[in-house]
Amino acid sequence: MVHSIEDGPDILYIDRHYIHEVTSPQAFIGLKERGIPVFRPGKTIATADHNIPTKDQHLQIMDELSRNQVERLSENCSKYGIELFGLNHPKNGIVHVIGPELGYTLPGMTIVCGDSHTSTHGAFGTIAFGIGTSEVEMVLATQCILQPKPKKMRITVNGNLHKGVTSKDIIMYIISEISTGGATGYFVEFSGSAIKSLSMEARMTICNMSIEMGARGGLIAPDETTFDYLRKLPSIPGIDDLESSVNQWKNLKSDPHASFDHELEFDAGLIKPMITYGTNPGMGMAIDGSIPMAEDKNKEASSSYLKSLEYMGLKPGMKLLGHPIDYVFIGSCTNGRIEDFRAFAQIIRGRKKAANITALIVPGSKKVEEQMASEGLIEVLKNAGFEVRQPGCSSCLAMNEDKIPQGKYTVSTSNRNFEGRQGPGARTLLASPFTAAAAAITGKISDPREFITEEKNVKI
Amino acid sequence: MPKVKFDFLESTCVPLPFENVDTDQIIPARFLSATSREGFGNNLFRDWRYLKTGEKNSDFILNNPKFSGKVLVAGKNFGSGSSREHAVWAIFDYGFRAVVSSFFADIFMNNSLNNGLLPVVISEELLIKLQCLIQKNPATKVKIDLEKQIFTIIPTGDSVRFGINPYKKECLLKGLDDIDFLLSMKSLITGYENNKNLVK
Ligand code: SF4
Repeated sequence: MVHSIEDGPDILYIDRHYIHEVTSPQAFIGLKERGIPVFRPGKTIATADHNIPTKDQHLQIMDELSRNQVERLSENCSKYGIELFGLNHPKNGIVHVIGPELGYTLPGMTIVCGDSHTSTHGAFGTIAFGIGTSEVEMVLATQCILQPKPKKMRITVNGNLHKGVTSKDIIMYIISEISTGGATGYFVEFSGSAIKSLSMEARMTICNMSIEMGARGGLIAPDETTFDYLRKLPSIPGIDDLESSVNQWKNLKSDPHASFDHELEFDAGLIKPMITYGTNPGMGMAIDGSIPMAEDKNKEASSSYLKSLEYMGLKPGMKLLGHPIDYVFIGSCTNGRIEDFRAFAQIIRGRKKAANITALIVPGSKKVEEQMASEGLIEVLKNAGFEVRQPGCSSCLAMNEDKIPQGKYTVSTSNRNFEGRQGPGARTLLASPFTAAAAAITGKISDPREFITEEKNVKI
Repeated sequence: MPKVKFDFLESTCVPLPFENVDTDQIIPARFLSATSREGFGNNLFRDWRYLKTGEKNSDFILNNPKFSGKVLVAGKNFGSGSSREHAVWAIFDYGFRAVVSSFFADIFMNNSLNNGLLPVVISEELLIKLQCLIQKNPATKVKIDLEKQIFTIIPTGDSVRFGINPYKKECLLKGLDDIDFLLSMKSLITGYENNKNLVK
């Protein structure tokens, strides 16, 4: 914190700023109009991810507006001296996937990006949150933003996860319990034995979706899992002596007596594979459950609820198991990392894609794509009748051509099931990579636990 | 660079009584490819406003000539989801100057304040009452006095104080710009960087 304004927000210094093509162009126009440079270009990292195609990336982008946006980004980056991992760059990928894997996200940093899922980086014990374009301009101009102090919440998850239950299910379970506005105004720290036992990839999935319960950001204190992840990276920009940094980062934890404005506790043993049935991420349930009735809601809530189910073509009381689906999407900054594809492939291995399914399999980055190839996962998926696409946000927000058609059902590993999110009229059911895999081979909503043997139970 | 000012507003309202309206609804992603801030109002609530055929959906409130005004009266948890500031630009560009709800998503609230669109938080009870009033009589007017932080439903006289960060209030009343302010703090910022050895 640089300075605290009396009665006002704090001036917060930003250690790392990520930008992408969609929310940055207007900020650069702002700088130009003011006639000022980027204050600290070395602290901003750029990528093109939101509207790029996931096929034939070496060709020109077909959509003119998207092409223009990606070109503006390249232009702005070269003009202002910002490092860009653009389309076709060997390090290109979704902003929240490449930041950590390239070593730009480090414990203790303040990190912002014009993107709500910036909360992902909180998995490394950072203060990371999404901002609007006006704030992107602030950071470019001054490396600072104005932030009111958020309230603090701690969510503790203790206990052991059952077979086939993943970090995605943990966070979907929490959101279904506290609703999409349940953590609005708070910064959330996740802790407890179930969280501690997770890999960095899985922790990122949890922090990623903390925005879906309204939280400003989510974070997990760094520990040996964090440090080991960083030790395995080929290099970390700006850090020569990692172990001495690690020693400092070891102090980054809430002291045991820290007080929170709100505390919640959950038992990991109660969590089953989750799936959503409505049009916000809070409308989720156990995969073998039934869609709740509308009776217990007030009038306004119940009309919104029924409107949402109507959009989904579903009814209160219905079970989802066995419901036919049309598409499967695996990817996004929630579940587009290597572990997610390992999990997906684990169920797919030796089986075949269901005939009625169109699958969009989209790695989160070039690096993930490479890893998939070197581990033979692409081969496994090919043999089962799947095609792996090139990295990008893809069908998560369907700004490119990867749109789910009107009225079609898709089991998606992304983070938002909003109306029209994956294409006008698309019906999204959020779930884990295991559940997506089970749906991809059966053609309908299926319980992933039936496809996982105890010894093959990878943790994601 | 002065920004849009907001001090006082008296207007009829447009009611949108749905909960959890997210920014994907306010402005769908496929309209985010523009590189300037203008023109987003045309696609505000696009998929509710227009039918698949491209015609206007006469069931949707913005297409109902009975309702108009500069105040959008939204349901609980308005503006959740994506951080896209385009959502605020679209609402503002359409002609709204204030949004009333019982609960706003954080980033949306910030983005609104940064663009001269005033988010007014009132109790859920009053919000539902206001929505009913507008439905019954679309000529129902409200009054927003930012200086005094008072929101009034004119025909009933219901009057409540709403909260706002004092710094943000000052910015809106005077049309001040955050970046001008931050630029004026440059020496403080470089001092902080030197202290912490942040620029290598
Ligand atoms: S993958 Fe989806 S949620 Fe993540 S950054 Fe891209 S569009 Fe946003």
